[in-house]
Amino acid sequence: MSATGLQTIALCKNFGALKVSNNIDFRLQAGARHALIGPNGAGKTTFVNLVTGVLRPSSGQLLLDGDDITALPQAQRVKRGLVRTFQITALFRKLCVLENVVLAISERDGIGGDFLRPAGWHRAAIEEAYDILEVMGLAEDALRPITELAYGRQRMVEIALALALKPSVLLLDEPAAGVPESESVTIIEAIERLPERIAVLFIEHDMELVFRVAQRITVLVQGAVLVEGTPAEIAADPRVREVYLGEGRH
Amino acid sequence: MADIFSSIISVGFHGLALAMVLYLISVGLSVTMGLMGFINLAHGAFAMLGGYLMTWLMSRYDVPFGLALAGAVIGVVLISVILERLLYRRFYGGDELDQVLMTMGLIFITIASVTYIWGPVTQPMRPPAALSGQIDLGFRSFPTYRTFLIVCGAILVTLLWLALERTRFGAQVRAAVDNLRMAQTIGINTSRLFAATFALGSGLAALGGGLGAEILPITTFYALENLVYFLIVVAVGGLGSIRGPFVAALLVGISDTAFKYIAPEFGAFFIYALTMVLLLWFPRGLFGRT
Amino acid sequence: MSHLTPSADRRAADIAAFSRRHRFHWFEALPWLIAVAAYFMFPNYLALGSQILAIILFALSVDLVLGYAGIVTLGHAAFFGVGAYTAGILAANGWGEPISGLLAAAVAAACIGLASGWIILRTTGLTLLMQTLVVAAMLYELANKAYRFTGGADGLQGMSVWPIFGTFRFDMFGNTAYFYCLVVLFFGWLVVRNTVNSSFGRSLTGIRENVGRMHAIGAPVAQRRLVVYALSAALAGIAGALTAQTAQFVGLNVLNLERSGTILVMLIIGGIGRLYGAFIGVPLYMIAQDRFAEADPTYWYFWIGLAMVFIVVFLRGGIFGVVERLLARSRKQ
Repeated sequence: MSATGLQTIALCKNFGALKVSNNIDFRLQAGARHALIGPNGAGKTTFVNLVTGVLRPSSGQLLLDGDDITALPQAQRVKRGLVRTFQITALFRKLCVLENVVLAISERDGIGGDFLRPAGWHRAAIEEAYDILEVMGLAEDALRPITELAYGRQRMVEIALALALKPSVLLLDEPAAGVPESESVTIIEAIERLPERIAVLFIEHDMELVFRVAQRITVLVQGAVLVEGTPAEIAADPRVREVYLGEGRH
Repeated sequence: MADIFSSIISVGFHGLALAMVLYLISVGLSVTMGLMGFINLAHGAFAMLGGYLMTWLMSRYDVPFGLALAGAVIGVVLISVILERLLYRRFYGGDELDQVLMTMGLIFITIASVTYIWGPVTQPMRPPAALSGQIDLGFRSFPTYRTFLIVCGAILVTLLWLALERTRFGAQVRAAVDNLRMAQTIGINTSRLFAATFALGSGLAALGGGLGAEILPITTFYALENLVYFLIVVAVGGLGSIRGPFVAALLVGISDTAFKYIAPEFGAFFIYALTMVLLLWFPRGLFGRT
Repeated sequence: MSHLTPSADRRAADIAAFSRRHRFHWFEALPWLIAVAAYFMFPNYLALGSQILAIILFALSVDLVLGYAGIVTLGHAAFFGVGAYTAGILAANGWGEPISGLLAAAVAAACIGLASGWIILRTTGLTLLMQTLVVAAMLYELANKAYRFTGGADGLQGMSVWPIFGTFRFDMFGNTAYFYCLVVLFFGWLVVRNTVNSSFGRSLTGIRENVGRMHAIGAPVAQRRLVVYALSAALAGIAGALTAQTAQFVGLNVLNLERSGTILVMLIIGGIGRLYGAFIGVPLYMIAQDRFAEADPTYWYFWIGLAMVFIVVFLRGGIFGVVERLLARSRKQ
């Protein structure tokens, strides 16, 4: 198994005396469907920020497909296929849905710096963006600005934007957060439909989504890995029940 | 050799006096920036108004210096509270450009208003007899008023810091600067806190403007001409910091005095250059949080 | 809620509409028609007219950084001034060829833009704003000190600008100057228009809308901002050079804070980030200034200040923004 997708070795992050990430050893296999769960304040979002390069680790190592990427800036990691979505929707709100996705494709293909030709001339990028919208069921809103979309639809655009970057590793930070139950089904289905070659790590509070989609689950408590296993193992683990599932069901 | 030594003392002394004025005026700007996320370019206008009100009370109604200063501070605090409730609060944490344009507009309005009321000439600042002339500090003599200014500034800064350390209000301000959402969840009335902080900052600016009228002369373009100095103090000190701007004010006050002593024909050029270099190293200011 | 797959027609229509957004509309010809009409209608105001045209170009350059890249600047006079002095000093020292003067001004201003942008664009908010101010203030002090070249506070005298292409002499009525400014503005506008409609320009809008997300989709944000800053500086430099060549004089006021501030005012009156705000705001402001400011500068400041507060509180988006909202409302009904 040399084609490991993403690996962290003894990853640590301290804010002053506070250890937010403590010696995290983690492995995301290529093509995996892996969930990261844990109570509030367990350091899940910090972990995503460390992996994507928003934060610098205090110590430890990050490997992508076997290469050390610990020192790479965020943009470089994206170019290598390490892509994320945001817990709180982070879109280009005044721009239309199609434009949001076109922006991502333009950066991926390196045409975002072209200041000579009109954006409309890059027809292939626009066609591809529209393909993604069709796959995600967003095509009918293609020309509407984000602000006019229901929140559940915005979450879908969030995923569409990430997909446009052709990720090999995709980190979904609470993809269904804040979405009414009626719409969250659509999002779960969208995640299930993601291409197999993409390794998906998702952080989620919605246990239904976690146990429906994940093949493996890692439980994070107070910045450290408590346990990792299959959904069945996790559901049966008494420690997990104690720290998480017990309080998770409000 | 003795000459150089004497020059150094002189530059240090006048630089310190300037630093006190700059700090008193700028600290409010730093807190409004850190707490409310508001770029108040018109902050200097409060200092200018303080200066105008004080010199006006003194020359028109012969009000004694101390009383005139107090009156000016009260007047400016009242005006600032009204403006805060009517205008400023709409833009807290909002669009930067809106803040810049609105406060720039306020500066223009203030310039026109003071010219209309008090005329285009520089307002005379006549310290009371007891504070005029020179004072002999043993090894040499210094201008009395500036000595008073330094002592006064030091007392005010100490009082301010003690107040922020020891009082309930101070604790609330520090908590809110540190983490606004947290402060709200533990039940701090942030709207009232903002108004109070804004009033305090404006009052201090008025105090600085009045006390410092002898160093930064009270003219119609005061708020525009000195704006860059106030901004430098805040940015170099670190936004939202309370002590940072003091260090920055010392740095700016003393080095500006020194540069203007050594190469007066270059004006403020070197202090600007120093600012750029400092911010290249410390983009968040000397005491800025990361 | 079922999402029917839209037809292939719908797809083709959407993509066509999206990729045609950069095409010219009929109303884009209006400013140019008005400018030509103004030449015949107000022959006694050509000097003011050419100033307005040059300042519109300056406002366009500010719109590029402010309205599209979201960089709030209070120091764009720096580039306007560098351009004005470059063209002015060339013309006062024996090189009065106007077109090369413009180009030299553009290059000089772009260099200053690159150098200062490299330093200041690392910061944000108040710190960035302060640094834009400081850069302009430094250049002001330098220009004041270097009176051997700039004339210092007395202004640069003795400029001699040659005829354009060796043919069109700058006449005392300002006929040549007016058309010279008009043509240069037109080309400047084409450049700005092309830039904001390009992929680069769209990515700038992305940076303004959400910097964090631009990083997350792998965009070299710092580099993009620096490029647009330098481009905008070059255009501001050309605007400054135009002013210098047509007025045959450069004063220290090309570099002062008032210039940086009032250009923002002119731009927000029209509306920022819209490409056409400059064409409305600048003439409105400058004509009003010409009529009222001389009589009483104090009142002028008062009304301008009041207008700024009023626009920010009630008229967001300027005149263009209000028109757009009215159009949108009428379309809904």
